[in-house]
Amino acid sequence: MPIQLRRILLLLFSFVVLFLVARHFLVPESFGELGHYRANAIKEIAAGQPKYVGSEACKECHDDEAGLLATGPHKNMKCETCHGPGYKHVDSNEAADIIKPSGRDFCAKCHAKNPARSESNIKQVDVKEHNIDEDQCFNCHNPHDPWNEMR
Amino acid sequence: MERNEIKKKSRREFLKAAGMLAGGTLLSAMLKPYKAVASVSNNAPKSDVWYGIGIDIEKCIGCGRCADACKKENNVPVEPFFFRTWVEQYTITNDEKVLVESPNGGIDGFTQQVPDDEIYKTFFVPKLCNHCAKAPCVQVCPVGATFITPDGVVLVDEKYCIGCRYCVQACPYGARFIHPVKKVASKCTLCYHRLTKGMNPACMEVCPTGARIMGNLRDKSGKLAEFLKEHNCQVLKPHMNTGSKAYYNALNMEVR
Repeated sequence: MPIQLRRILLLLFSFVVLFLVARHFLVPESFGELGHYRANAIKEIAAGQPKYVGSEACKECHDDEAGLLATGPHKNMKCETCHGPGYKHVDSNEAADIIKPSGRDFCAKCHAKNPARSESNIKQVDVKEHNIDEDQCFNCHNPHDPWNEMR
Repeated sequence: MERNEIKKKSRREFLKAAGMLAGGTLLSAMLKPYKAVASVSNNAPKSDVWYGIGIDIEKCIGCGRCADACKKENNVPVEPFFFRTWVEQYTITNDEKVLVESPNGGIDGFTQQVPDDEIYKTFFVPKLCNHCAKAPCVQVCPVGATFITPDGVVLVDEKYCIGCRYCVQACPYGARFIHPVKKVASKCTLCYHRLTKGMNPACMEVCPTGARIMGNLRDKSGKLAEFLKEHNCQVLKPHMNTGSKAYYNALNMEVR
């Protein structure tokens, strides 16, 4: 074998080795196990902690409210739809750790008159006219059972 | 003479050791990373679970609780232009103008600016990542930081994303954004951390009317298969061949 050919082959071989060694260290763990990505990323994303804990957790203490809710027109709603994520409150039981919505604007998010809402789906009021002297909807309606528990 | 011999011996030993080291690394390098090349042809096992989403436009009342819950559950930046899910209010006027509004994604509620007698049709459309089976965002990622899981959820590997924004451009549904702090692509995960614990995604958990459902498309007796059987559903931008798995009931042709 001519010396120049031997040298160039040696050079080529060392480049290939270098490439494969570099690749060995640069390709992260689990890359390519399931596809062209890090399979471990799936586990990492799945490990996140939920913040919305579900109504069953609420019922453990608040069975009165849950019972009232179950009888009224809001029966298909979850506690956390209005009260927000409960993950802090279930541990601390502090009132500060849960949202207690107030103000006309909150109820209006669902119940304000809007032609895009079908009347058969949801009861609506014109918030600019309906009992404008009251600053809170819950002065008249119990949010857990808006019709039967009129105050 | 003696010194020469020692030199000779040590060179041979050095070459031997170096050769073995290089050969060993070469062997292990060939064994492991080549799996990545082999799996381009996708030999991932077919899963029994293939998640899809059903959205009933007739049920959506535009309360925006979904968009609000999504932000809270997933620590989405609160600025009003970062959303993993949002609600749009479509208004089609009598003179055939199409108005689309989504003030703060619907979180603060909607108002209808167009007078009633000028409205031909108006409705809400919830939007989110469509978790496409042939996702354009996955195809364009240059580093393999976004992918579709064996159960059909499109996810972003935040540790591996380089923030190049190709995927943000590629998504025809505008479902992706660059996280302003992490500087990586961010999007709906279908609350993968909840799904894997048997819970519903946060947006579906809080929806007061049940306008959103999700389920396993391969379970033909499941609630999503039932929804698709009972309703005449359509996906967004079907001409783009994304293999979208978000099925909308009562979708108007004006919706983009």
